[in-house]
Amino acid sequence: MVMLNILSNARFQAGWKKLVMLSVWIICAPVLAVAQSDIPRLDITEGQIEPIPVAIADFTGPDGKPSAVGKQISQIISDDLVSSGLFRTIDSAAFIRPPESPKIRPDFANWAPLGAKGLLIGSAFEDSDGLLQIEFVLWDVVTQRNITEGSGTADKQGLRRIAHQIGDFVYEEFTGDMPYFDTQIVYVSEEGPQNRRIKRLAIMDQDGHNHRFLTTGADLVLTPRFSKTAMEVAYLNYFNDEPNVYLLDVASGRTERLGRFPGMTFAPRFAPDGNMLIMSLAKDGQTDIYEMDLRTQSRIRLTRSPSIDTSPSYSPDGLSIVFNSDRGGSQQLYIMNRQGKNVNRISYGDGRYATPVWSPRGDLIAFTKMYRGEFYIGVMNVDGSGERLLAKGFLVEAPTWAPNGRVLMYFKKQPVTDSGEGGETHLYRIDITGFNERRILTPADASDPAWSPLLQ
Amino acid sequence: MLKRLFILCIGTVFLAACETASTTSVDSAGDASSSASASSTSSGTASSSSSSSTAAATEAETLSPEEILKKEFAKVGSTILFDYDSSALSDYAQRTLDRQAAFLKARPQTRVLMGGHADERGTREYNLALGERRASAARDYLVSKGISSERIRIISYGKERPAKVGSNEAAWRLNRRAETRLN
Repeated sequence: MVMLNILSNARFQAGWKKLVMLSVWIICAPVLAVAQSDIPRLDITEGQIEPIPVAIADFTGPDGKPSAVGKQISQIISDDLVSSGLFRTIDSAAFIRPPESPKIRPDFANWAPLGAKGLLIGSAFEDSDGLLQIEFVLWDVVTQRNITEGSGTADKQGLRRIAHQIGDFVYEEFTGDMPYFDTQIVYVSEEGPQNRRIKRLAIMDQDGHNHRFLTTGADLVLTPRFSKTAMEVAYLNYFNDEPNVYLLDVASGRTERLGRFPGMTFAPRFAPDGNMLIMSLAKDGQTDIYEMDLRTQSRIRLTRSPSIDTSPSYSPDGLSIVFNSDRGGSQQLYIMNRQGKNVNRISYGDGRYATPVWSPRGDLIAFTKMYRGEFYIGVMNVDGSGERLLAKGFLVEAPTWAPNGRVLMYFKKQPVTDSGEGGETHLYRIDITGFNERRILTPADASDPAWSPLLQ
Repeated sequence: MLKRLFILCIGTVFLAACETASTTSVDSAGDASSSASASSTSSGTASSSSSSSTAAATEAETLSPEEILKKEFAKVGSTILFDYDSSALSDYAQRTLDRQAAFLKARPQTRVLMGGHADERGTREYNLALGERRASAARDYLVSKGISSERIRIISYGKERPAKVGSNEAAWRLNRRAETRLN
């Protein structure tokens, strides 16, 4: 039995009934050579991915009929599952007598012919205090067994989150992967002419809902990154024309400059343990990587070369750091240990490599590649082998991982004409198989996305 | 290859200067982006000020000392350009910086903000570092010519503030720059 309670802001990960693991989604991702022809090709996993068919019944009210909030919840769950590219939902018009309550065992004779492998039944209604009371049961239609069930309470603001959490249970059960629907995106919202862009930090749910701005646009802001609790964001702020890394408390909106350095600090990222932050310091034409203790603001210098060393990203175990450097003459990717020692170059393909980001699973490095006038988003193994390019464009940049390490988000910018037309800048996400590239809708142009961990 | 490109640049710069010669005052074949920005952003005011000498005289009376200083600095040339992914100072850039150094020597109270910029064909964080490297190179040159480093503050904008909007080689060339502003 899962207990969901959005009021207390707690996410329940354990204690739920798990009768059977239905199936494990295995993706075969053959490594395709990149440099066979002059023009790199995008690598899309061979073979057709067959989405898992699931039936999501409208959640019912006390009268056994679909309730308004119940329909909303079912829609959010369906949208999440379909957007992952790994599920397809069966049209509810084909449903024959869905159960009036999750307490009632479905008549599987009505569901098996629809081809559904999973069936989600739930109830959702407002109690006398105005709180949403939600229950659900996930059934395996093939074995006719109850896989997971749960219940929860939420106020109206919590409706979308609780729906995302139920979607996460379905995703996790049927794919065997960690879920990512109950997450947020922080990014830079862009407006105005190209040479005087107004940039604001904004935050939204991973599906684009609950959008709000975090800064006013008075100061140029860039490259926001979530802390491990998603409660804080580190970013570059040009306050007083002094570009520096700042910390923003998402709930209160309070900001704090992170230390005083004799130069520009930028490219921040939080360590997996949450108490340290890594960033670049540019001074006298040289950019090096520093690690800062967030409690004491004391700092340790990790690189000392006359080159540009930037865009550092920790491995999930916190023992290694991947970063971007031009120490070899052009922009390439390097890995060093947490102490800044044992530096090894890992990128050896054609072109220039930038913005390395370590997968939360630890197995892959996502990057931006520039080659022959085009930009690419790709992934490679930690030792640099197995490079695969997933997305391409005039300007594609800034990959960020979903917490389960199988979806990437990034932004694409279109070319601008001399008169300032064009330049549309949008967020996209893609499955690391190279399938299912989707645009994330935002109120204005959008860049520099950062995906949060699972919310707590 | 690079050298030939550079010569090509100068050619177009002279062309641009010729086109605007009647409207901008002394911009002595100034550098590429100062003449480009004069023609693109402020050609209107420039032509009205030089259209009659009386208008110019009244304008001189109404200009604040800072505005006069800015006007004089514009003649020196505020911007130098760089090759792709480079912070090396060309001979041409050095001559512009020589004029800036002379200007600053003659006005010991004047401080400047040196802004380093990159074109859009790079990633954001690398370009921030590259902009800092360019601004530092320009600052170091001024210091080598006797200007105190105390008087020069540097800032990098990466690819955030293009001088010329557009996704083409001509715009990118003008955006790989260090721009000196009186502070």
